Amino acid sequence: MGSGNILEIRDLHTSFFTDSGVVHAVNGVDLDVPKGKITGLVGESGCGKSITAKSVMGLVRYPGRIESGSIRLDGQELTGLKEKELRKLCGQEVSMIFQEPMTSLNPVLKVGRQVAEALRVHRGATSKAEEKQEVIRIFEKVGIPEPEQRFTAYPHELSGGLRQRVMIAMAMIMNPKLLIADEPTTALDVTVEAQILRLMKNLCGENGMSVLIITHNMGVVAEICDEVYVMYAGRIVEKAPVFSLFDETAHPYTKGLLASIPRISGNPEYLSTIPGVVPNMKYLPTGCAFHNRCPLASEKCVREVPEMVETGEGHFCRCHLAKAQTARG
Amino acid sequence: MKAVLKRIASMIPVLIGVMLLTFILLRIVPGDPVSILLGEHYSQETIDRLTRAMNLDKPLWEQFISYVLGVFRGNLGVSYTLKRPVTALILEAFPNTLKLALMGAAFAWIVGILAGIIAAVTQNKAPDHIFMGFSLAGVSVPIFMSALFLQYVFSYRLKLLPLTSDGSAVSLILPAVALGWNSAGSVARMTRSSLIDVMEADYIDTARAKGLLRTAVILKHALKNALLPVITMMALQLSSMMSGAVITESVFSVPGIGRLATQSIMNRDMPLLQGTILFTTVLVILGNLAADLLYSVVDPRIRNEG
Amino acid sequence: MSKPLDQNIKENHSADLGDYIGPLQKVKSMCRRNPLAAVSACVILAVIILAVLAPVIAPYGEAQQDLLNRLKGPSAAHLFGTDELGRDVFSRILYGSRVSLIIGIFPPLISLVIGIILGLTAGYFGGWIDYLIMRIADVMLSFPSLLLSMALMYTLGRYANSIVCIFTALSLVGWASVARVVRSHTLSLKETEYVEAARSIGVRPAKIMLRHIMPNCIPSLIVLYTLNVPSCILSESTLSFLGIGVQPPAASWGLMVNQAKQFLFTMPWLALAPSLTIMIIVLAFNFLGDGLRDTLDPYLQKG
Repeated sequence: MGSGNILEIRDLHTSFFTDSGVVHAVNGVDLDVPKGKITGLVGESGCGKSITAKSVMGLVRYPGRIESGSIRLDGQELTGLKEKELRKLCGQEVSMIFQEPMTSLNPVLKVGRQVAEALRVHRGATSKAEEKQEVIRIFEKVGIPEPEQRFTAYPHELSGGLRQRVMIAMAMIMNPKLLIADEPTTALDVTVEAQILRLMKNLCGENGMSVLIITHNMGVVAEICDEVYVMYAGRIVEKAPVFSLFDETAHPYTKGLLASIPRISGNPEYLSTIPGVVPNMKYLPTGCAFHNRCPLASEKCVREVPEMVETGEGHFCRCHLAKAQTARG
Repeated sequence: MKAVLKRIASMIPVLIGVMLLTFILLRIVPGDPVSILLGEHYSQETIDRLTRAMNLDKPLWEQFISYVLGVFRGNLGVSYTLKRPVTALILEAFPNTLKLALMGAAFAWIVGILAGIIAAVTQNKAPDHIFMGFSLAGVSVPIFMSALFLQYVFSYRLKLLPLTSDGSAVSLILPAVALGWNSAGSVARMTRSSLIDVMEADYIDTARAKGLLRTAVILKHALKNALLPVITMMALQLSSMMSGAVITESVFSVPGIGRLATQSIMNRDMPLLQGTILFTTVLVILGNLAADLLYSVVDPRIRNEG
Repeated sequence: MSKPLDQNIKENHSADLGDYIGPLQKVKSMCRRNPLAAVSACVILAVIILAVLAPVIAPYGEAQQDLLNRLKGPSAAHLFGTDELGRDVFSRILYGSRVSLIIGIFPPLISLVIGIILGLTAGYFGGWIDYLIMRIADVMLSFPSLLLSMALMYTLGRYANSIVCIFTALSLVGWASVARVVRSHTLSLKETEYVEAARSIGVRPAKIMLRHIMPNCIPSLIVLYTLNVPSCILSESTLSFLGIGVQPPAASWGLMVNQAKQFLFTMPWLALAPSLTIMIIVLAFNFLGDGLRDTLDPYLQKG
């Protein structure tokens, strides 16, 4: 595969088969992560962005499963891989960090051992001293002060920011090609958030690693992403380079997202929220899933699911009104 | 360390309460001890003399204090029927009960934890249903039934193991299995639900994202967390184990504390009954303390608080 | 044209209603998810009917002896055979169900009431009342339950007949765990806004406890009760088996096993029939309790 993408997701469907009905959490997602770039995946909670990431890592839990579609990591198809083969890639080729650094580390194991474990899984047993040295080296790299002492600490003895650095160290230790970060800073203070984002950006630049960052925070997107996907109710509704997304927003939903960021300056009339609530995924609206919250919705939006259309250079949008809007704007 | 002392201090009112309750319950029956000791045909004078000698004419609170002081000196009184100090009888019987309880607990924990793990791993599939059905049946079988069943199959039919026990390890196998069978069910259910809970935790995703296989995730990450509540549960099991020991010792004629208790109640031997109940209850309280301490050793979150 | 707003609201509303589960639906979903619990409920109902109708159904009297037909195997005349006095085992099992059910159903009810009162009082008032009640509960829970009931049997045995003794003993043993559950519920509910509000407008404590706190404990208490029933049935049969419970000639399952013990190797069915009955009824209550716990009380599951 000569393409410049480290991750290519095509028409991914991941559903949860619950007692009270089928939930189509991921409903035909196409997504590319270019090599060496930071790609963002944005949406409200419950729109399926975390499930998309978990599908890549094979972490979707019962009663959920990947129904169809393809996930290629550096050209290699991941769906249909045996658990054993998939786990060999996880941690080595692709790793993931999670939203809650509080609960993402095992409370009864020392953090150093937990990071070292990532080494041992993929490299086999080496001497404990060697492992420890390597862990301390990566601790230094991700900016953990006093790495020697931290090695023997338990998770509850560390602050949230430090815990997230430990998670990053764990993810980085095998030098993966792709890092998936699921809301890595949501649980952190704003100052710590900035530090962690800078750290991720630096690591990406140094190692030529690609990053897929999942967030609901447009500020985070603006801060570090090269390219952005906007997700709503299990579908990608807009894809654009980051500047294009902010300057030439095409989808009414994205407009709503951007409008709901509070600003100090600006017209208070536009400081709005999106009317209505995120649809219950069990009872998805027909047609465009956003139609019942969309100020511009028409009969067609209720009937037909819109196709992705190109509205600008590398800028795609899933909206019946997309072309007309950009022509006007 | 402070937490440990606090925990030990909190035992004291409970211990006093236990002594008070056993005392009240068993002394409430008036005139009883003397008439049992003597039988029917004695003069009032003899009865009075003995009542005085046994301090039974003193007010109840005085009797209680002298009883408590006696307990602390290791004096639990003299058995009416066996005419020997209760303390000596209990200490003779205790090793057998201890062996029985330990073997029963070992059986319960090994079988229970293994079954619980298998059930949790195969959640909602056939092995899960089978093991959980068995464990609920295990909890529901009266101990005397499993005891008689084991006697019938392994002693009478297969002639593998002795019918009654003299306190030797081999002769205690059947009683221990009968005793442990019940607890194994509870341990299995607890292990299963705890492990399923833990498998939902975020750090399980982290471990799998790291590249660990399912078995490694369970053994290295889930089990240690999942067994924490099971430890507490094991302490609670000690209490029901002592109840169970009364039954198995009766069926297999194990010369242990449980059999002393049954005998004493049939012979209305108050000091012996009082002694056995007090001894086992204190044992249970100490067992719970030990489990608490063990818990804090295993769980680093608690360990650091002390 | 976009849809009118009120229609949207209706749609959202009906979607929410789709997630609401009424009590009847809860029972239905329990039966579907946990058919064993439903079967168990039927078994329990059947046993209750058999117990009530025992004199009508039983082919022989409770203690009716037939010395010519002693220790006979199962036959058409005697479904489960006869015991050493020629009594019909099947009839005795039917009569024995009355003891088991009375001991199974009522003492847990009494300990439930005691436990609720003490638990509410301890949790609501706190302070030394709480300390006193909970230490007494600790003391009760420290005793191995069988030994505590044995001590109670010893004391009560002087004053009443054996069934009354067991009844009283088991009523007095079970309240401590109920009190603990009710107390912890009360402690957390005491902090809620609606209790604070009720208190601030001067509603009497007793009324707050009954109106606002009790209803929230009910799901846990139903589960706790359902699980206490089989343990009381087991306690009764165990005491009777040890020879310190129900006394002959009354029929009790545990006592029947005790009497059949001596014929274990020659006529195992004598011991097997009553043992199996105990197991079935206890199993049924346990399955039902489990099913109820899954549907009613997700919070109690970890206990």
